[in-house]
Amino acid sequence: MEICRRNDEIEISELDPFLAELLRQIPASADPEGTPAAEKRLFSPPTSGTETEICAEWKLYVEPELRRLFQTATETVAADLEQLDGNEKKIASTLRIPSKHADAWLSALNQARLVIAAKYDFTDGELGDHFRSPIGSRRDLSLFQVNFYGFLQEFILRELGGWEKGSGD
Amino acid sequence: MDKNVTVTTFPIWKNAGPSTVDKPTIEKETRSEEDLDLPWQVVVHNDPVNLMSYVTMVFQRVFGYPREKAERHMLEVHHNGRSILWSGMRERAELYVQQLHGYLLLATLEKAS
Repeated sequence: MEICRRNDEIEISELDPFLAELLRQIPASADPEGTPAAEKRLFSPPTSGTETEICAEWKLYVEPELRRLFQTATETVAADLEQLDGNEKKIASTLRIPSKHADAWLSALNQARLVIAAKYDFTDGELGDHFRSPIGSRRDLSLFQVNFYGFLQEFILRELGGWEKGSGD
Repeated sequence: MDKNVTVTTFPIWKNAGPSTVDKPTIEKETRSEEDLDLPWQVVVHNDPVNLMSYVTMVFQRVFGYPREKAERHMLEVHHNGRSILWSGMRERAELYVQQLHGYLLLATLEKAS
């Protein structure tokens, strides 16, 4: 896999079918439905629990807005991922992410990482072990997924810094 | 303890001018202590999943902090488990917490002690 910035896009090329499939799974992985721990993490309370009035208002007014915000981000990512449709059998695919979608990608990748981590209740040690191999179980695969999405986030963040500096020029 | 406090509002001047100044009207009202806007704190808690670089970017964007200050707060969260990012009026603190949740950070609103 190769990842680089070309003008106003991030280009991920030489994507093998395995990594392309992991990318396709971002929107589904970001969905907390059916995983109470993930739901609790994405929609955590705004206070430590003592301010019940604030928490009630939050549930009523803020939480639906957050749901919409997160959903919009995953929908943007899902639309970008359509570039990979029909390439399932190809040895290598290419994905281009427009710079204006960078925030949506950061959000969707973060949602997916948080949901997966909550689902498998990874320990701090597991999350910090970037050299764990080989992938021998569903848990290992999910940990790899979290790290792979984290790598993409890091790259986008680095490039985003460049774009933001550039836009001010 | 009596939870009612008296709040004196600004005097209202009638027909203010150079030669004639009426006696100011002083309005008094009673509010409960809870209604007063005591300082609130925006606290961010540690989360092993969120990337350090991501948290730094969020602090820069939400609070407008320079990179060094944002990194200092990020490291405080990382090492101490929490950091107070801002304190002030409740409405603004709520808005900050909402923005931080929008970036998927673990943030809470706390009354300053």
